[in-house]
Amino acid sequence: MTMIEAIRDAHMLAMESDDSVVVFGEDVGFFGGVFRCTQGLQSRFGPTRCFDTPVNEAAIVGAAIGMAANGMRPCVEIQFADYMYPAYDQIVSEAARLRYRSAGDFTAPLTIRMPVGGGIFGGQTHSQSPEALFTQVAGLKTVIPSNPYDAKGLLLSAIEDDDPVIFLEPKRLYNGPFDGHHDRPVTPWSAHELSDVPSEYYTIPLGSAAIRRAGSAVTVLTYGTMVYVALAAVAECAIDAEVIDLRSLVPLDLETIIKSVEKTGRCVVVHEATLTSGFGAELCALVQKHCFYALEAPIERVTGYDTPYPHAQEWTYFPSPERIGLALQQTMAG
Amino acid sequence: MGVFLKMLTNEAEVATPLTLAVPASTCRPGDTPDFSDMVISEPGVVRRPEVTESAQDMHELATELIRVLDDKGNAVGPWAPVIDTAMLVKGLTSMMVTREFDRRMFLAQRQAKTSFFMQSTGEEAISTGFRFAMRDDDMNFPTYRQQSLLIAGGYPLELMMSQIYSNSHDPLRGRQLPGLYSSKDTGFFTLSGNVATQFLQAVGWAMASAIKGSDSVTAAWIGDGSSAESDFFSAMLMASSFQAPVILNLINNQWAISTSQSVVRGQAATFAVRGHGFGLPSLRVDGNDFLAVYAVASWAVERARRNLGPTFIEWVTYRVGAHSSSDDPSAYRPKSEAAAWPLGDPIERLKRHLIASGAWTEDQHADLEGKVKEQVRLAQAVAEEWGTLKSGPGPSPRDIFEDVYADVPEHLQRQRREAGL
Repeated sequence: MTMIEAIRDAHMLAMESDDSVVVFGEDVGFFGGVFRCTQGLQSRFGPTRCFDTPVNEAAIVGAAIGMAANGMRPCVEIQFADYMYPAYDQIVSEAARLRYRSAGDFTAPLTIRMPVGGGIFGGQTHSQSPEALFTQVAGLKTVIPSNPYDAKGLLLSAIEDDDPVIFLEPKRLYNGPFDGHHDRPVTPWSAHELSDVPSEYYTIPLGSAAIRRAGSAVTVLTYGTMVYVALAAVAECAIDAEVIDLRSLVPLDLETIIKSVEKTGRCVVVHEATLTSGFGAELCALVQKHCFYALEAPIERVTGYDTPYPHAQEWTYFPSPERIGLALQQTMAG
Repeated sequence: MGVFLKMLTNEAEVATPLTLAVPASTCRPGDTPDFSDMVISEPGVVRRPEVTESAQDMHELATELIRVLDDKGNAVGPWAPVIDTAMLVKGLTSMMVTREFDRRMFLAQRQAKTSFFMQSTGEEAISTGFRFAMRDDDMNFPTYRQQSLLIAGGYPLELMMSQIYSNSHDPLRGRQLPGLYSSKDTGFFTLSGNVATQFLQAVGWAMASAIKGSDSVTAAWIGDGSSAESDFFSAMLMASSFQAPVILNLINNQWAISTSQSVVRGQAATFAVRGHGFGLPSLRVDGNDFLAVYAVASWAVERARRNLGPTFIEWVTYRVGAHSSSDDPSAYRPKSEAAAWPLGDPIERLKRHLIASGAWTEDQHADLEGKVKEQVRLAQAVAEEWGTLKSGPGPSPRDIFEDVYADVPEHLQRQRREAGL
């Protein structure tokens, strides 16, 4: 399965097993979504379970909160994460706080899916990685899968979860494990073992990281598209790095991170989002606090630059295997 | 090219410079209060359509003012509801409890027993009358000036006060600003404090009721000021597109802190006409007329419950008190404005009606006033035994780490340990 097919499959199973799961957003009903992640849901489950909404992100999330509080489990799509901002007040001031401010009287068990990240020549409005805008907010969980198997298991967990979950889908990974070499032929998911997705219902607990490559020289903390770019960089510079795919940023699998950095004594953090106040800053702080005496070198960060996401200069902005390789070498020399 | 440039130059010479029309609030300190441009229909003259009538056929209801009680206290016209005396006395009592509750809690704030309070003086009829037209399993998404919804719904005053005092019995465990209650059992959605956000959630709640095939309905509430937010328009759109079983209520109390409703209304004749662009039945109602409130609320609730779709209602009233305990309205509006308000006081008007209909006497009223004062005084005494913000038992500091998520996650457990809690 591709990641798109896996996400679609998760929707199917969630809607089959729980009548309270409803799916809606812009173009998600009849058309099945601009990335086709909800294709077939409306014809299978009917228009009251999966439907199109007006182009209004605040309305999508605001209505979903009311529905969630009234016993449904909405799983809504924001067409691109870049379009999320009109809904941000609803997410931050409302969804994230219903349980807290009502002392459990009202809750908002909803999932908000949105494609994130670059690599598709989407310019500044189709390429952003706003995960830190969510991880900063108390009351939200933030999840980001990197392959079809995880996408299905994590999405089913997110829908089952009794708290609001932001589900970020790296859009460059929808059709294959992109490793950052944009000038080479595209690798399809069919060539990757994690595209082998079981047809049955399964979940992956939120807050568990996955070690994608075991190693002893340096720990790479990353997520989303950058998992494959980091793996390519590691292979190309022949450093025995341990690459950790965080999968879930909140809750965070701190135990796996600590265990790895205590073993390797070195750490490189990689993400697509801008550098300053990015989630990488949180990772660096946690690693220095918990692994200070194990560290042999300063922690390096490879991220997007602190600029809007450019169009023609996409591959200058996008953290390349080369940039990650340089950071790995620098850390090893430190 | 030369000709073109010349033409441009000539145009510029004759054009009048643009000017910006900065909207101004209508009446400021020193001005004489003036409500003469407000459309006030005579009581009883506005038509009452069938609930099945199309929105297009009742456009006039958005620019008139539905009223039932005349100046003598008689209930007149097609909107006069069938309502028994016991219910009217109950309504009167509930409004009087709200007013006394507000008076005592405002004083309690001045006595530093809490940090903040918002009165609803003058607006009691809207939430009281509306609540009486709803069922217990219906849901309200209230604004912060609707304590009457809880009081009319039978929620204990002691618990409201405990929330205001953030004491040991505060159902919200000290987390919310005073007055931002929550009670699912009383059909009162957790209050946000951000304005307008919940107008939209109400539509979602109503959509869920429809998806589930239940027969409960939803009331969304917003103010004249907060109706400027995008969420207002988004909610109107969603309600219209999905024909949600929701009543969209706009309480026009004339003032958004210091900004008058005319600034937000812009060039629209009334707030109610905003509903026409969304194809919604849109009504404008005297919010200080308990009978009109009850009648129109019942009409709109019936529409929603019969799956006939949403209704938009502008309730016209006046914010008699300050915006909040932190506000002094004498800085921005004439002190005499409340007395000049043409729609009177809702409690006085219902009392006059009861007396005019022979069901009530001044003596009975005085007796009720005494009982109401005693009821609220006793509730306050009980609540203060449970503590106030400044003294007595309060919620545990440990409470701040709970209910952020369904279970306390590892990172919050760690922070709680580090805080020594």
